Amino acid sequence: MTSMRFPQSPRMQPQPKTNSSIAARLDLLFTSGVKLVMVIFLAVGLALPLIAMLSKVTDVQNGIAGVWQMLSSSRFLWLLSNSIKVSLSTVAIVIPAAYIFAYALQRSWIPGKTLLRSISLLPLMAPSMLSAIALIYLFGNQGLLKSWFPDGIYGFSGIVLGQAFYNFPMALMILISALGLADARLYDASVSMGANHWKTFLNVTWPSTRYAVFAASCLVFTQTVTNFGIPVVIGGDYQVLAMEAYKSVVGQQKFSEGALIGSILLVPALVSFAVDAWMRGLRGGQVSSQAAAYVAPANPVRDSILLLAAGTVALALLSLVVVAVGASLINFWPYDLSLSLRHYDFENSGDIGWLAYRNSLLLASMTAVIGTPVIFTCAYLMEKTRSGWLDNLLRLLCMLPMAVPGLVMGLGYVFFFNHPDNPLNGMYGGIALMIVCCMMRFLTPAQMTATTALRQLNEEIEYASLSLKVPLISTYRRVTLPICLPALLEVFRYLFVSSMTSVSALIFLYSPDTVLAAVAVLNLDDAGNIGAAAALSSLILLTSALVSLALYVLTHGLLRHTQHWRTGHA
Amino acid sequence: MIKSWTTVVAAVLGFGVATSAFASTELTVYTAMENEQLAGYEKAFEAKNPDIQIKWVRDSTGIITAKLLAEKSNPRADVIWGLYASSVALLGKEGMLEGYAPKDVEKVDPRFRDKQVPPLWVGNGVEATAVCVNTVEAKKQNLPIPTSWEDLTKPVYQGKIVMPNPASSGTGYSAVNAWLQIMGEQKAWDFMDKLHANIGQYTHSGSKPCTQAAMGEYPIGISLDFRAITLKRQGAPLDIVLPTEGLGLDINAVALIKGSHNLEAAKKLEDFAVSEQAFLLYQPNAAALARPEFNSKLAEMPSAYYDRLITVDFDKAGSERAGVLEKWRARYDGKSEPKK
Repeated sequence: MTSMRFPQSPRMQPQPKTNSSIAARLDLLFTSGVKLVMVIFLAVGLALPLIAMLSKVTDVQNGIAGVWQMLSSSRFLWLLSNSIKVSLSTVAIVIPAAYIFAYALQRSWIPGKTLLRSISLLPLMAPSMLSAIALIYLFGNQGLLKSWFPDGIYGFSGIVLGQAFYNFPMALMILISALGLADARLYDASVSMGANHWKTFLNVTWPSTRYAVFAASCLVFTQTVTNFGIPVVIGGDYQVLAMEAYKSVVGQQKFSEGALIGSILLVPALVSFAVDAWMRGLRGGQVSSQAAAYVAPANPVRDSILLLAAGTVALALLSLVVVAVGASLINFWPYDLSLSLRHYDFENSGDIGWLAYRNSLLLASMTAVIGTPVIFTCAYLMEKTRSGWLDNLLRLLCMLPMAVPGLVMGLGYVFFFNHPDNPLNGMYGGIALMIVCCMMRFLTPAQMTATTALRQLNEEIEYASLSLKVPLISTYRRVTLPICLPALLEVFRYLFVSSMTSVSALIFLYSPDTVLAAVAVLNLDDAGNIGAAAALSSLILLTSALVSLALYVLTHGLLRHTQHWRTGHA
Repeated sequence: MIKSWTTVVAAVLGFGVATSAFASTELTVYTAMENEQLAGYEKAFEAKNPDIQIKWVRDSTGIITAKLLAEKSNPRADVIWGLYASSVALLGKEGMLEGYAPKDVEKVDPRFRDKQVPPLWVGNGVEATAVCVNTVEAKKQNLPIPTSWEDLTKPVYQGKIVMPNPASSGTGYSAVNAWLQIMGEQKAWDFMDKLHANIGQYTHSGSKPCTQAAMGEYPIGISLDFRAITLKRQGAPLDIVLPTEGLGLDINAVALIKGSHNLEAAKKLEDFAVSEQAFLLYQPNAAALARPEFNSKLAEMPSAYYDRLITVDFDKAGSERAGVLEKWRARYDGKSEPKK
């Protein structure tokens, strides 16, 4: 817990020193320059479209009185309390499950870790429609396991289950990254002082991961509050705030009410931002540059419990996917259970064609290829260098995307980028704008994962590079990036698979040439062709799984090479 | 390495431009019609107009309407073809439509086209608010097949009926509007009070109730009839019931967007959409057509269909919508809401 700390970060005030002025100027260019570019990028891709949408609040009838009337109505308070109940329940399920799962993967000797990790990624790879279809086939009124939910799956339990499934991999990604790095010396010290397993956990492991737990909780809470896709499909008559925004916009075309609810949904992100700022003061448990990598000792009892727990979670995730894939192979649920491949004949169920599939692949690869270095570098600079107000502005902008419902973001893009006076309006309808939109949509979890990994690296590395007069950018490229390669790959994969399945904002942005596979899934379901929707979802899932596998094989050697220091002796 | 990156980026940025360099006139058509139908319509139109190419933007009614309204300051669509008249009328009220009298417009039943001269929109297929009943579930749960709206209020159907939430779906509002018109204000609200007691769920998509009936999730769904026909063709054990009191309806309409740069081509499309050739293509997809001479009986649909359709004034329905919804929501939206 007592890794060496400096009273002030080495780069608190970048002062060009005469003997190292070139390196210092390069540093200033790298830090402030890149941050400034990022702020501009986030302003154009996020803040301005958001303002364009949220400013529709002024169209609410009767102005401020009208707004107040809506906010103080018993209906609004009812929706608000439902939203909070659903989100807290989701956090309460997801965070402990994800923590135990991550702990099993990073701190135990259980077998089948690669398999467990792969299964845990499945929810990200499937369009959210897939989990809804699976839940209905499992627990719906005709469901296989209907008796598990005597009051029916439609409503509170359906929403929470769907949200838990969808949010689990994102929470896991952050927690894995947090549990990935640990200083063996602290564990040795703890053990030699006679602390038992539980005490060591409380004194060493928990302090070094509590930031990640907080970050993951905020993420899950906010994403659940703002998601309308799951409640719309499986919520029944249980209503939440995000659904109200959907009803206003899609059902009644009242953009002003959608904007009002969108503004309110920003509050949790702003609170997270404030608490995050406060937490940064308490940061603890960093890996110092002298750290010896910690490898948990074998412990059969602990490992058996962890294997059982992680296996249960994996089984639950897997069964939803298996049911949905099975659904795509059944002729006509629930009346003709014979197996059939007819749902895979997409030409017949509306010609989706290769164009949509190719577009989705292009969108996902470009988002990952461009997004990963951009987001990672941004996270690095925010974490390791100080540029005053720029940092706070950037941090705030990075927190915002998770709080914006896709619908609000999509409409904001239409209002802002389609405006005749916007010099960028040529981008509207093009795939470049959709890539920007995806990067923004998935920025927060990606940036949190990167930050969690970076936060565990002691600033001594930057300090050493400063005293050696090595430009920061070289240190970043030669030291930090290789150390963080696993997190980097997580971010890449996350951006790829999420962009493959993303719908809610993009549904307003595609043009005839840029139709997407995930949008086609929604359309098939809407057309009552649930089998075909499940079939196309399964194909998207298969694609993402293959890409993840390829990524794993390609980088396996690279990982072994760069991560060798963790297990060897430094 | 860097060079190859710039090539990729340039290729992506130029993606939209490169593909649009070939056709002489590209017509952007916004639609909510089913994907399956689009290819046939497109082929027939382009065969007749080889210099025009259709580019479809297809999505559900609510999304397409929201997109059109959001793009108001700089419209991207040239034509709307196959969007419900209730939505199209809304765009007309916003001043976004260009009036045009296509060839043969006089052959379209005046009930199924805009009243203005020239009309802002013209109808093609007509869809009625019908009741989808799952015959297998009805038998299993001992439910009689209803024949009228009044039947649906019987206690035997408690928790068995689904309908679209009118605050989420235009189809839901169509149904409510039809009841108000058929039964009169007072009786319609009494009817809805009793119906509410039998509703298992209000859905957020207009077609979902019939889909849920097809899957047996709930045995009875109130929805527009087209979904019922499609699902029956897919093998669902459905009966389509046309309540005797009368049927609400919506109309798939064609309309021109004001400010389109391809107005001449757009007019050709509207001419086509109202032509005999197009109506012959609509035939298998709609039980009733805006040009009645082309009506043909569909195997899936009971007869006595056309006579039960009511006449809907879409402008009036649109202007009353906010008030009706407010009343509806205060009474029924949120079944689990604690009583005030």
